[in-house]
Amino acid sequence: MADGNKVDARGLSCPQPALMTRHALQVAELGEVRVLVDTMTQVQNCTRAAEQLGWRVSVEEKEGTFELAFRK
Amino acid sequence: MTKSRDIFASGAGIIIVGLLLGCIAASLQKLGNPANMGVCVACFTRDIAGALGLHRAAIVQYLRPEIPAFCLGAFLAALSFGEFRPRTGSAPILRFLLGMFAIIGALVFLGCPWRAMLRLAGGDWNAILGLAGLIVGIAVGVAFLRLGFSLGRSYPTRRPVGLAMPLVMLILLLLAIFNFRAGEGAALFRSTSGPGAAAAPVAISIVAGLIIGFLAQRTRFCTVGGFRDAILMRDFHLLSGVIAFIVAAFLMNLIYGQFHPGFTLLAEDGSVAMQPAAHTVGWLNFGGMVLAGLSFCLAGGCPGRQVFLSGEGDGDAAMFVLGMLTGAAVAHNFLMVGGQPPQPLASWAVILGLIVVCIIGITGRGRPAGVR
Repeated sequence: MADGNKVDARGLSCPQPALMTRHALQVAELGEVRVLVDTMTQVQNCTRAAEQLGWRVSVEEKEGTFELAFRK
Repeated sequence: MTKSRDIFASGAGIIIVGLLLGCIAASLQKLGNPANMGVCVACFTRDIAGALGLHRAAIVQYLRPEIPAFCLGAFLAALSFGEFRPRTGSAPILRFLLGMFAIIGALVFLGCPWRAMLRLAGGDWNAILGLAGLIVGIAVGVAFLRLGFSLGRSYPTRRPVGLAMPLVMLILLLLAIFNFRAGEGAALFRSTSGPGAAAAPVAISIVAGLIIGFLAQRTRFCTVGGFRDAILMRDFHLLSGVIAFIVAAFLMNLIYGQFHPGFTLLAEDGSVAMQPAAHTVGWLNFGGMVLAGLSFCLAGGCPGRQVFLSGEGDGDAAMFVLGMLTGAAVAHNFLMVGGQPPQPLASWAVILGLIVVCIIGITGRGRPAGVR
């Protein structure tokens, strides 16, 4: 769930992970937001949503979970 | 991320693949698939239901190899790129119902979103109402999503769960290749007239299906996602692929002489004829696709996308696909299909479907997922 700067979107269908990411980034405005997803599709969707808002992203994969770190 | 992933995920990638899919779809028509039906996930699933004997509409029975090939193409793509992830647990029974009602709506219009676009690209203006309905349905789905609609999470699971659907599809494909028949008067059934009798050569259908499945898995091509993301997030990535699909199919139709504009056609004897596998009942063209669009939107993607997802191990998408297979049989057995004139229960099917799917939408708001 979204608690401002940490979002767990694992296992959710399109478009929820991207929508949650977008919402969290809009709330945070600046700084760092971390998002967990578990498919490459959602990595791409969340990244696109973030780049649209001018955030930079780095991705790390650990045991089937992708942790996206968005910074602005 | 590898370079190849970037190409497929890029804006150019989705447009190129959209163009390719449009060309393939129009070419399948040229090679024998029914007019304006190069690819139709709803119609083809319905034909498969008929081939298996799940319904008795004699003119729409054929084990279309494209659908299993879609799934297996996506399966191969997912395996090759390390994206095969067995997962399930996100409201499978509701996805089954959404699949049922999505295809019931699509069969009232006579086509899934893919075919709606191919009908438009072939000059069938009835598709304009269908696409308008689709967009309205998706917009209603977006409203539910904004209110916090979710079918809940799926979770990683054992390999057999993810392999089940590709295996079922492989068996279907083998049955199609060997033109299997259990005995006289038994499955597989095969139409001798009507849309079910029109088909491209099996080998071509399989190769085309595998290519489409592979490319669509890589690019996440989704006809419903295109409109949904544009409405919801002003993200035009998937929509650009969808538009490329329509443009390519239109241009190929012009080249092949398959573009015949109008709400109806003029037959050789001067009488008015329907567009191929179409009708002019506006409310049903529109309403059927509202139901379909809403159902697809709540389930997270168009029927093609659900088949592709089932190929990458998504057991919930597999339930949606099985729901479509069941829904196709129900639609024909209970006389809910659109036509000229429409079958008697078509309007009721749309109304009932909208009520059920809206209930799913309204009651699916538990634990809002950080959605505005």
